[in-house]
Amino acid sequence: MDALKRGSAAIVGVAESDLGQVAEGMSVFDLMAQGAKRALDDCGLSLKDVDGLFSATTQSRLSVLGLAEYLGINPAFLGSTIVGGSSFEYHVAHAMGAVALGLCNVALIAYGSTQRSVGRKQASMREVNPYETPFKPFMPSSAYALAASRHMHEFGTTREQLAAVAVAAREWALLNPAAWEKKPLTLEGVLSSRMVSYPFTVRDCCLVTDGGGAIVVTSAEHARSLRKPPAYVLGCGQSVTHANISSMPDLTVTGALAAGKAAYAMAKLGSTEVDVVELYDAFTINTILFLEDLGFCKKGEGGAFVSGGRIGPNGSLPVNTNGGGLSYCHPGMYGLFILIEAVRQLRGEGGARQVKNCEVALAHGNGGVLSSQATVILGTQATL
Amino acid sequence: MPSNQDAPLKTYLDHLARGELAYQFSPQAGRAVFYPRMLCPFTGSDRLEWRISKGLGTVYATTVVHPTEGKPFNVALIDCDEGFRMMSRVEDIAPEQVRIGQRVRFRVHQPGGEEPPQPVFVLVEGT
Repeated sequence: MDALKRGSAAIVGVAESDLGQVAEGMSVFDLMAQGAKRALDDCGLSLKDVDGLFSATTQSRLSVLGLAEYLGINPAFLGSTIVGGSSFEYHVAHAMGAVALGLCNVALIAYGSTQRSVGRKQASMREVNPYETPFKPFMPSSAYALAASRHMHEFGTTREQLAAVAVAAREWALLNPAAWEKKPLTLEGVLSSRMVSYPFTVRDCCLVTDGGGAIVVTSAEHARSLRKPPAYVLGCGQSVTHANISSMPDLTVTGALAAGKAAYAMAKLGSTEVDVVELYDAFTINTILFLEDLGFCKKGEGGAFVSGGRIGPNGSLPVNTNGGGLSYCHPGMYGLFILIEAVRQLRGEGGARQVKNCEVALAHGNGGVLSSQATVILGTQATL
Repeated sequence: MPSNQDAPLKTYLDHLARGELAYQFSPQAGRAVFYPRMLCPFTGSDRLEWRISKGLGTVYATTVVHPTEGKPFNVALIDCDEGFRMMSRVEDIAPEQVRIGQRVRFRVHQPGGEEPPQPVFVLVEGT
């Protein structure tokens, strides 16, 4: 599969909607529209330019129809792949393909969630799996906890190493004015917090916030005429290994391995050339698993790798520079936000958290319970 | 008109009601299939045989769920000796005493009411 051409499309506009706790009565479409306006303003385009529309949310069954109606547009191309938090990384690849085929020229990818305001139970349909639900796992936390238990067993990974991921995320979040969490966090603070599903305390788990946003994808040629420096899509890869945690082949190896491999091959570069890493950190184990599977350290060494501040603001590998799902925001499906942060880093818009000489960014989305993995590698003009 | 097939879940639960842990075996793939389904996920074949597990397995992964109300409890993934994995829990020991690698034996838990029976596990004595 080499249908997508390296650098043929770019992300040209990015924006968050309101985040955290949004105003009473806000709908997911209100947030998507807010994000859409801001993302289009970011690149100097308007709704009349949008001929490709993508969305995914747990709070609307036919979300892309609702969004098209809300925005008053009739786009030639619609995409509504929903694979949990990784949906938006898929949308980027699909938008890139649609643009290359001439099915659309300007694709808007939007997300919104009011899960904090309406409650997690209201925000997503309860699904019963007769082979799992009777045992009352606290989903999704328990699924990731099972993966963590296996990593600890096989490789000696410790709760302190898991906690180091949360501490690094918090340090980054303190540099991000948009982050939900505003206070410092220590290893001890993580370990002594309320236990959710062993080995995870509530601080090993992502936030539950509202939020949304949008990004704009267009052809590389079109991108060069727009307001901001394009973030070219250099590589994409996806992999699905299972849907339910009891069907995951090996709890210590995720589909990020295959997704990353495909994305690196398309981008014609490797992990050592990546300047900033944005990973879907729904739980602390995610960051460890994805750093391993995406080639930043060897399998089993992720726990040691994240320790000692290596992935924090003063470390050697900047990971989750917005503060991540653990400390910045996590409105249900977080995948869009890692793309937004990756683009900002490539543009040099990171403010206090800006990574120096940032030319290549890797954004990695995760969906379900480690089920769906999707990697997008972005680069500046210099990387073409 | 040909008769419609039973749902795989119904066959599974019927066995469970008789105290049996049933799984499927794919002759083409030469391996067990779980959860029960209409097609073999390894070959795509619809030839799947029902078999009864000996009920012995090993804890593959484990967690202790701490509900906001009520006592902590175990959730585990069990690798059954016939080569399939399932979610369950290990009973009769404290949830935090459940360890990866422990040998366990199947038994049926009857939750009562309208709920179907559940396959749970206990430690194999002497391990």
